Amino acid sequence: MADSRAMEPTEAELIAAVLRGNAASFEPLVQRYSPRVFATARRYARRESEVEDISQEVWLKAFEKLKSFRGEAPFEHWLMRLTVRTCYDFLRGHQRNRESSFSDLTEPENDWLERFVAQPETASENADAAKLLVERILEQLSSPARLVITLLEIEDRSVKEIAQLTGWSVPLVKVRAFRARAEMRKILAKIAMDKYL
Amino acid sequence: MNIAELQKKLLAAARANPPGDRVPYAFEKRVVALLAARTAADPLALWVRGLWRAAVSCVAIALLLGAWAFFNPAASSKTDDLSQNFENTLLASVDQSDQAQ
Repeated sequence: MADSRAMEPTEAELIAAVLRGNAASFEPLVQRYSPRVFATARRYARRESEVEDISQEVWLKAFEKLKSFRGEAPFEHWLMRLTVRTCYDFLRGHQRNRESSFSDLTEPENDWLERFVAQPETASENADAAKLLVERILEQLSSPARLVITLLEIEDRSVKEIAQLTGWSVPLVKVRAFRARAEMRKILAKIAMDKYL
Repeated sequence: MNIAELQKKLLAAARANPPGDRVPYAFEKRVVALLAARTAADPLALWVRGLWRAAVSCVAIALLLGAWAFFNPAASSKTDDLSQNFENTLLASVDQSDQAQ
């Protein structure tokens, strides 16, 4: 077991082989890091076909840009930057149904909201309805707002990390985070108004 | 409705339900096959790219020479001489045969 692991080429060796023109050496890298790429893509796309398209795009870009990987930081960090930027491109290209009405909330979503209004502490955040509702709200956000809310509030990343992942400056991340929270509150206020006025 | 509290609750819901990291079967093989197909098509793409670059360079050189010929007063004043010389050279054999007769 230990011998077979010792025989496995390292990440740096695989990358060097790919750069020499051996495309097959790319396969172990794809196999190793695809779970992270897929999990990230699923934060921004709901349909599985879209998630696959994003992930495939990430790997094709990674192959094309591998020459620009200097090996100073881990390959995974470089790949995640590429993934986040590809997801952002996807969001910008698929700004669909942003004006859709909240009158079509499902029954469980409505029930969860009513439970929250009656007794906020009893409305569980683990409920499927809460999960669906937050997905619906995230879909209403603009692309930068959705990206920054996901990275900052949901993935709990620091502003500096977000700046590195997105290529935005630190002040820009802060401004976009402020605007994103306000945008989200506005959407929630609209739900409240649609529902109770 | 307390909007700030609702926002907090919904974000907590999103944090509590991270997306799955399942990868479709043989996804890595599909990616490598796509890359292989791209690499196979590459020689043609290289040729096309090279030809386009050559075409652009030729157009740029033609434009530069055209601009130089148009704006250079010395060159334009010699236009008659050049055409005369060209005609003389072209018809030199005819002139020689005329003189011989």
